[in-house]
Amino acid sequence: MAEDQTLFTYLLRLADDHLILSQRLGELCGYGPTLEEDLALTNISLDLMGQARALYAYAGEVEGKGRNEDQLAFLRYERDYLNALITELPNGDFAQTIVRQFFVAAFMVPFWREMERSSDETLRAIAAKASKEVAYHLRHTSEWVIRLGDGTDESHARMEEALDALVMYTGELFETDEVTEAALRAGYAVDPKSLAHEWQQTVDSVLREATLTLPESGHMQTGGRNGLHTEHLGHVLSELQYMQRTYPGLNW
Amino acid sequence: MTEAATPLWEVFIRARNGLSHKHAGSIHAADAELALQAARDVYTRRGEGQSVWVVRSSDIVASDPVDKDMMFEPAESKIYRHPTFYEIPEDVGNM
Repeated sequence: MAEDQTLFTYLLRLADDHLILSQRLGELCGYGPTLEEDLALTNISLDLMGQARALYAYAGEVEGKGRNEDQLAFLRYERDYLNALITELPNGDFAQTIVRQFFVAAFMVPFWREMERSSDETLRAIAAKASKEVAYHLRHTSEWVIRLGDGTDESHARMEEALDALVMYTGELFETDEVTEAALRAGYAVDPKSLAHEWQQTVDSVLREATLTLPESGHMQTGGRNGLHTEHLGHVLSELQYMQRTYPGLNW
Repeated sequence: MTEAATPLWEVFIRARNGLSHKHAGSIHAADAELALQAARDVYTRRGEGQSVWVVRSSDIVASDPVDKDMMFEPAESKIYRHPTFYEIPEDVGNM
């Protein structure tokens, strides 16, 4: 794979993670469990959207075919999206929304911190901004994990269900393949495997306080990085892309 | 969530160093940590502050609106309490 193509794919994976998760949280706008949480989750959604925009804009430059952030975000087909599967899973109940966000934030905190040492100047700049944002996402979701786990019987049971449902999607975050490996050799990427220990520690310590335990992870579901998605992504995209598909070239 | 599980908190924000915290509004939250989170999300979305305080609304002792006349009206007829009768020398400038 040519070097530019590797960087483009690497950026696209990262951008798609953020766009799709942002869209998922955006679905809660106006429907959050309380006004305060509605705003908190949409604040997080906007942070992710900002990160996605920066990554798409840079990916478009790297690709050099004149595609801008809008075209990359709105005008690709389902199989072209390279996000990790966990980001496209439905919101479920509040426990599931929080656990999904907590798992991702616990990964993104060390990821962006390491990315601040990338050999790529643009990635370093994006990482510097994102680091502060994801630190807040991790704190916010951790607080909720603790209160819901160590809350009522009902909230504890729902948290256990959410952990059971989502744990099989966490393995994909740490996967590497020929793209990641080429990107690592080039010096601008972060080795996800090197973040596994910290992720596990973060998750374990928060869950311990929440009187929860991470279920044994047997089978790990994968495929998103190669465009093989759950049945949920098509539905996300139909809403996400509706305006651009209906009114091509639409600008705000 | 019930009102008992998520009581009301008053939010105070300091816009800049050197200013005092000003009342911004109120939020519901289960405890102090979550109240601080919620206050940040609801009231500092546009760069309003450098510092946030949250106080349980039930911990605030307030004057009764019924006592308004007794509490505040007597001050209105005592204009001599305002330092508006002094000539300020030009050199002093704005005080």
